[in-house]
Amino acid sequence: MSYLEYAVKSTPSGFRKFLYMNWPLTLLLISTASAGFLMLYSVAGGSWLPWAEPQMERFGLGLTVMFIVALVPIWFWRNMSVLAYLGSIALLVFVELFGTVGMGAQRWIDLGFMRLQPSEVMKVTLVMLLAAYYDWLPSYKTSRPLWVILPVILILIPTFMVLRQPDLGTSILLLAAGGGLMFLAGVHWAYFAAVIAAVVGLIATVFNSRGTEWQLLKDYQFRRIDTFLDPSTDPLGAGYHITQSKIALGSGGWNGRGFMQGTQSRLNFLPEKHTDFIFTTLAEEFGFVGGITLLVLYTLILIFCIVTALSTKDRFSSLVTLGIALNFFLFFAVNMSMVMGLAPVVGVPLPMVSYGGSAMLVLMAAFGIVQSAHIHRPR
Amino acid sequence: MSQRKPKSQGLAYKRLPRRALVLGGLQAAFIGGLAARMRFMQVDQADQYRLLAEENRINIRLIPPTRGRIYDRNGQVIGQNSPSYRIVIVPEDAGDIDKVVAKLSELIPLNEDEIERARSEMRRSAPFLPVTLVDQVTWEDISKVAVNAPALPGVTPEVGLTRQYPRYEDFAHIVGYVGPVSDYDLGLIEDPEPVLRIPRFQIGKVGLEAKQETSLRGKAGAKRVEVNATGRVMRELDRQEGKPGADLQLSIDADLQQYAQARLAGESAAAVVIDCETGDLRAISSAPSFDPNLFVRGISVADYQNLTQDKYRPLSNKTVQGTYPPGSTFKMVTALAALEAGVIGPGNTVYCPGHLKVGSRRFHCWKRGGHGTVDLGLSLKRSCDVYYYDVALRVGIDKISDMARTLGLGAKHDIPMSAVAAGLAPNQEWKQRVHGEEWLVGDTANASIGQGFMLASPLQLAVMAARIATGRAISPRLVRSVDGVEQPSGAGEPLDISPFNLEQVRKAMFSVSNDRRGTAYRSRIIADEFRMAGKTGTSQVRNITKAERAAGVIRNEDLPWERRDHALFVSFAPYDNPKYAVAVIIEHGGGGSKAAAPVARDIMLQALYNGTPPLEAYPVADRERIKEQQKRLEGDRRPKARPDEKDRA
Repeated sequence: MSYLEYAVKSTPSGFRKFLYMNWPLTLLLISTASAGFLMLYSVAGGSWLPWAEPQMERFGLGLTVMFIVALVPIWFWRNMSVLAYLGSIALLVFVELFGTVGMGAQRWIDLGFMRLQPSEVMKVTLVMLLAAYYDWLPSYKTSRPLWVILPVILILIPTFMVLRQPDLGTSILLLAAGGGLMFLAGVHWAYFAAVIAAVVGLIATVFNSRGTEWQLLKDYQFRRIDTFLDPSTDPLGAGYHITQSKIALGSGGWNGRGFMQGTQSRLNFLPEKHTDFIFTTLAEEFGFVGGITLLVLYTLILIFCIVTALSTKDRFSSLVTLGIALNFFLFFAVNMSMVMGLAPVVGVPLPMVSYGGSAMLVLMAAFGIVQSAHIHRPR
Repeated sequence: MSQRKPKSQGLAYKRLPRRALVLGGLQAAFIGGLAARMRFMQVDQADQYRLLAEENRINIRLIPPTRGRIYDRNGQVIGQNSPSYRIVIVPEDAGDIDKVVAKLSELIPLNEDEIERARSEMRRSAPFLPVTLVDQVTWEDISKVAVNAPALPGVTPEVGLTRQYPRYEDFAHIVGYVGPVSDYDLGLIEDPEPVLRIPRFQIGKVGLEAKQETSLRGKAGAKRVEVNATGRVMRELDRQEGKPGADLQLSIDADLQQYAQARLAGESAAAVVIDCETGDLRAISSAPSFDPNLFVRGISVADYQNLTQDKYRPLSNKTVQGTYPPGSTFKMVTALAALEAGVIGPGNTVYCPGHLKVGSRRFHCWKRGGHGTVDLGLSLKRSCDVYYYDVALRVGIDKISDMARTLGLGAKHDIPMSAVAAGLAPNQEWKQRVHGEEWLVGDTANASIGQGFMLASPLQLAVMAARIATGRAISPRLVRSVDGVEQPSGAGEPLDISPFNLEQVRKAMFSVSNDRRGTAYRSRIIADEFRMAGKTGTSQVRNITKAERAAGVIRNEDLPWERRDHALFVSFAPYDNPKYAVAVIIEHGGGGSKAAAPVARDIMLQALYNGTPPLEAYPVADRERIKEQQKRLEGDRRPKARPDEKDRA
């Protein structure tokens, strides 16, 4: 109902909506994805298969999804938030029970044509739900403890479910995105101070749990942290990934080794070179110039999102756009930190570039919501 | 449907842009941090990472050098590198390994243990690395595999080089053999060259192969290859050729060596032929011998036990490694020492009643009745012991010992063979140092006839004969040239001995084998231009007890083999223009005149005629027997068809 309050007449309708889309953002997304195709072509040794071509098909699908989502008015998506959240929780439950096990974790639902990772969907729907929540919540209640605890619970439920899979990287991202949204919504800073203090305490506890019966993380997660802290302790084992990744990145130099000339990726010294470590290949082959270019593309995407968010008077639109931008930021920030040896290897792909279907589709759908917010902003 | 309040009111709403900017600022800061980190790694530390990346990708592979070949003085091959075949399997190409191995076993015999070893190697190594299934495969089996290649995916015959000794037993003691580098070998070498760590790389283990290892081995080449993370070679970047090992030419005459080896067959014996002009060793043979090729391939336990348990000790190189009391062959040394000291002249005589009382002990002459009045010539010709007891006591051991050293005894000759022995020419100081006892006159008496502490190797005795023959300090030379570069000759400087005295001794040695009553008269050379001078020796390996002497000395033939006397003979020829000196020892062979002299004479003639000598060179009475012997040895020397040889051809 509430959308009727907006000056509906001033929002574009029909095909005119296309004209009102955030085209710079769209172009930026296409450029970023194209960089991805190029790198996938390169890591396959100069071949469109097995990665670049399916990735392009998925990106095409993603673009379509984005356009469809964009054309649907933003208030529809706001009203769908609760349903979407509940749906995501249902998917997480489903994956817990019937999911495909891969690489020591139970993360995927095999849909036949692609593998869906419910935790990816959750990242967006959580943001949607929280944005809707703070849109609905009267402003003066925002910092009241009861109304703070509710969103915290909404964040923690999926976080723990993802942690159980186990997928430490995504659960941290969920926590960060949720917390970020609460921060944006205007929750009093004292809560955040308290939480940060608590997190420090938790980390201490987690480390103390090591080796006891109630150990909170799996052994491999501890080992990842160990090797992150000191990769040289295990140069041929778990530290191998970080070491080789840093070598590849550093050896790129200013201009890189040249397209398809990266020895580290071409000779398979790089692990997961088409997914999590694809940035290393890019940095190796195109050097500092290439790496900075991608970073600039990402930053521009962020800037366009933030501008969109700040230029709308609709609170849901602002919050959901900022939340999605935050998610996007966390994605590439964690991934880049990881390959540069600044963060432990947690298995977070590089958004729009890494090979992978569900992450890209979900991300494009999320940008569809950003577009929708842009198109349907109250004028 | 209540009117919705403007949402842009209220405290929390006002906070949104501010918080968005705060968060955006944090994000920007983080992105800045990432950029800075990227700059640090890719610009500041780029060189270091580039180096690490190169180290990852570039592997240096050694190209083993080809080992130098060994030739005899006439260019006959003694040691060479011949192709050896093995069958390798590449697991990733083979697919079903069990099936392929089963098929292979239908074609050629497979050893179960070997297959098991190959399987475990396959499990450990990368699937693209070839694993040896069968080594030392015959040519026939290789062709079977090659013909059936389509049915054997991943199986390929490979050819490598391995050391081969076409002369088999003849040169085993000189050249030795090679074998794969062992951990023990590596332990001995300080800072071993990387090439030694190549699997199956062969290095010299014994003999010349070991002593001349450095020049024979050459220098390894290297190629730089690009490898991927699993170690598979992607391409070769560049290569640097190594330097093949130097070819060695020996001073040995392979045919003479073969003759000597054949002539000694059946005995535990050694013979050395040395060139009196250059010191070249023309033959240096120790019998029995062994096939060095067995060691190259890895000798079986049974074969090895046969060699080690043989009482004739085929593995020991008696020519340089074995030291024996030189017996009467030492008498020239004592004589020269006395002549040089002026204690005696050639005409001075000593009366030999068959024994001489030295101190409290009675020293016997080999002839119970004694030789009567003996001068220098007679003393050597008849090998009178008492003469030397008497003379030696007058000269003293130190001068005898010095003379022994001058003539090449008691010190190690520098030739590249294993375990070259120094022998022993004792003096007073030595006994005091080693045994902590006074030198006794009895010791001098013993030493004067080459018994007691005195020890010499056949090589040293040959050198001694050559030095007496020429009057020069001949030193033995085994390697004539290395890679075509002539090695210094062993001709040596004139000895510090008066030519007159040497002539006296030579004359006496001439009479040993040319006077009717000489001890080696039966082994003389008839051919006028090749007359031979020599000296017999019979060295005791036990003491004859008083009781034995009283009961009558037991004849050598009646003693068990290992208690019989050693038979020795040293000689040079032609007498007036010495060309070769020969020393022969037959272990436990009995008397020198009977066992050693004929062997030395035969070898000497073979050397002088550079082939089978005419029967006219032999005494008439011996010719029938010699003809038989020549026929027999000729048969032995025909190239023997070896079972393994047939397989390889």
